[in-house]
Formats: sequence, structure tokens, C-alpha cells
Amino acid sequence: MKEIKVAPIRNGTVIDHITAGQALNVLKILGVNENTIDSTISVLIKVPSKKGVGWKDVVKVEDRELDPRMVDKIALIAPDATIVIIRDFIVAEKYKVKLDDIVSGLVKCSNPHCITNKGEPVEPEFRVVSRSPPKLRCMYCDRTLTRISDNLL
Amino acid sequence: MDFYDRDIVSIKDFTREEIEALLDLSEKMVPYAMGEKTWKPLSGRILGNLFFEPSTRTRLSFESAAHRLGANVIDVSEMSMTSISKGETLADTIRMVDAYCDAIVLRHPHEGAARLAAKFSINPVINAGDGAGSHPTQTLLDLFTMRSCKGSIDGLNIALVGDLKYGRTVHSLSDALTVFGAKLTLVAPEQLQMPDDIVKHLKDKGCHVRQTDNLEEVISDTDVLYVTRIQKERFPDPTEYRKVAGMYRIDNSMLREAQKDMIVMHPLPRIDEIAPEVDTTEHAKYFEQAFNGIPVRMALLMAILGGEGI
Repeated sequence: MKEIKVAPIRNGTVIDHITAGQALNVLKILGVNENTIDSTISVLIKVPSKKGVGWKDVVKVEDRELDPRMVDKIALIAPDATIVIIRDFIVAEKYKVKLDDIVSGLVKCSNPHCITNKGEPVEPEFRVVSRSPPKLRCMYCDRTLTRISDNLL
Repeated sequence: MDFYDRDIVSIKDFTREEIEALLDLSEKMVPYAMGEKTWKPLSGRILGNLFFEPSTRTRLSFESAAHRLGANVIDVSEMSMTSISKGETLADTIRMVDAYCDAIVLRHPHEGAARLAAKFSINPVINAGDGAGSHPTQTLLDLFTMRSCKGSIDGLNIALVGDLKYGRTVHSLSDALTVFGAKLTLVAPEQLQMPDDIVKHLKDKGCHVRQTDNLEEVISDTDVLYVTRIQKERFPDPTEYRKVAGMYRIDNSMLREAQKDMIVMHPLPRIDEIAPEVDTTEHAKYFEQAFNGIPVRMALLMAILGGEGI
């Protein structure tokens, strides 16, 4: 199979091994919209994984490094993603995203009757009950969160 | 087993051994709950009752339990007269009430309210029902009633009937019954069946669960028939309510199919799910169940407030 060519980036971040189909949600987490694009962003959707198992998405963002909160959110929708930071065409840092056992303040509860959606001074908190795919249970109302990507804060 | 200062938010926070210890303590409370003996180990202690939703049994039985043990009760009888109506957060209300009493009993329309209250309160919080969420003290009194009537809960065939979607009592209860090794039959019309995530959770815990909308087909092999009211106030759409209200009505002709020692329970209030003619049969245990709220809540207050002589 011919390798897919996307020009290497000089500085920036490559988000690799994104769960296939989640690239657009990753862009949402990065806050990419028509007003915020000030560098090249390459998006590859459903490319064969080099590991030979299944498919993946890849997002390359030039001239930008991600803050930890964004990385934590990516872990919620793409738990196998890898973050590669490029400086001067060289891999300066490479790590897998990590999903902690407790997720605080990154996503809101999908239950409209949950007390955390009623203006109380608390951050929504969830226990991770399964990791692949991630499944979260609200530590307040005890409901399982449906559609994580729709409820990201 | 130490329950001192512990919040009672969800039955899931308790092990089987802890639940059994609370049921044993409840048993000891019965003569005091009936007024046959008097005992004031919580004299001088204050219980704060915060009911943001209407309640008769839970509220009165907590008050009665506190008085039987010598504790005083402060409460808010009309929420529209409080700062809550001015937009105060529950967190602030709890911090304020916490300063006025030794334990808080909370009923609230929003799920997770008790967990939030426990976070902001220094003193223990008892969940008296939070929306469609948990109602652990009801669960304890239900388990107490089943154990008293049947000797043991292990292996019982228990049919939960009625509103299994919105009814908070059945959510808490089904979880606890799983811990006790009961087999569950969930009897409800499709639109009121137990939420899928709860059913999955029960099955994952090894519970034998079957679901049906036909009560007649399961009544003959049922040991405990737990009937719930289809709650009008939980229905966003009144036409949906009218469609299902009155679908299950327990009367003596239906009970002819039942085992002689099958018991009928109901968290009350009932509307027309159980015909009054059932009240005088050996099957009817719902008024005994309502009474059991007193010894069980006395046991809880004793346990968390550390009454003398426990």
C-alpha cells in the first residue's frame, strides 16, 4: 500500500492513533474554528494503522503545543492517542494520553436532572468504569455518561 | 462496625455485612419504636430535616425516630419561605443548616443532591430521596421487612412491579437485593421498564434478572411482590401517564394464583395499584413496612450519631 504523504511539520504537535472517526472531535477540543485558525492543520481520517490493526485518525497542528487540559480531554474520546511534539523537525517529546481513574471538570453530566447541572459550586466528577471505549459514571447522580464528545466542557 | 459520622447517601456505599449489622440494630429498636420501652440516648442532639419535595412517611418517620431516641428536630415546613426561593445554592443552604444541627436529612428533586450535600456538610447527611436517584433508608426498611417476613432474603424470587423507570425506591432496592442473592423479575410496560444501564449493572453483578410486562405469568412463583405507584409527577407528558396508569392492579382474584406465603409490599402512597380488599389478607405487609421505617431510621440515627449504649 502506498504510504500517505503529509508534509512533515517544523514546529507543532501531531496527535496520532486517534480512534477512527474522532478527528473532528479532537479539532473541537483544540478549539479550532474559522476565527482561531492561524496555522496549518492537517487532518487524516480513517487511515490504516501502522500497527496493522484497524484504522486511526491523525491531526497535525503547526506552531502549537497543547495544554494538559486539552490532552486530558483527548484521552476521553481517543484513549489510545499519542501526542508527539515537534521542534525544528525533531521529535522533542512523545507520550500516550492517560485517562485517570477520576475525571474532574472536563465533561458535564448528560443527565439534565443531575445536581451538577443546576448551578451549584461543584465541578462535575466521574469515575472511569471502563477504558476502551471510555465509559464514565457520574459521582453525583450515578448515571453513566452517554456521548462523551457531546458533553465536553 | 463503625458507622459514626458516616453519610448515608447510597445503598451502594454499604457492604452486605454493614447492611446486616444495621438490620440487626433495627431489630433491637422495635420495642422502642412501638413505644413499649423508652430510651433517650440521643437527648440533646438535633436533627435537621430538609425536605425540598413533599413527603409524608419519610419525613414523619424520621421525626418520630428522632423523638423516640430523645433527639430534637428542626425543619423547614415551607420552602417558599426560605432563602432557597431567593436563589441560594443547595451548597450554601447545607453549610448553614449544618451549623444548626448534628445531622441532616435531605430530600431533594435533583439526582446527586445528597452526594453534594455530604461534600459540603461537616455533620453526616442522610439521603431521604434525591429525584429519580437513591433512597437508601427506604431500601433498608424494605430489606428489613423482607427479612422479618421471610426469614432470609437469599434466593427469594422478588417481582418489582410498576414504575421501574422513574421510581427511585426500586433502583436502590434492586441493587441491594442483588447483594443479597435474590432473583429479580421486573414487571413494567416497556416505557416504564428499568433503565438499561441499571439492568446491565445488576446482571454484571451476577443477578438473575427477567423482564416482562405480564404480571399474571410470573405471580405464581413469586415470593415477594413489590408494587410501586406509577408517579404522575415524574412524567413529562400527561398523555403518556394516562396510557400506563392503572395497568397493574393487585386484587384478591389475582392473588388466588399466588403462593400462600407470598407477601405484598408497597412503599406507599398507593393510589389504585392494590385494592383495599387485599389489606386484610395475610399477603399484605405494606403497613408493617411503613412502620418499619421507624426502627430502621432509629438504628441509622443511633449508628451515625453514636448514641450511648449502641
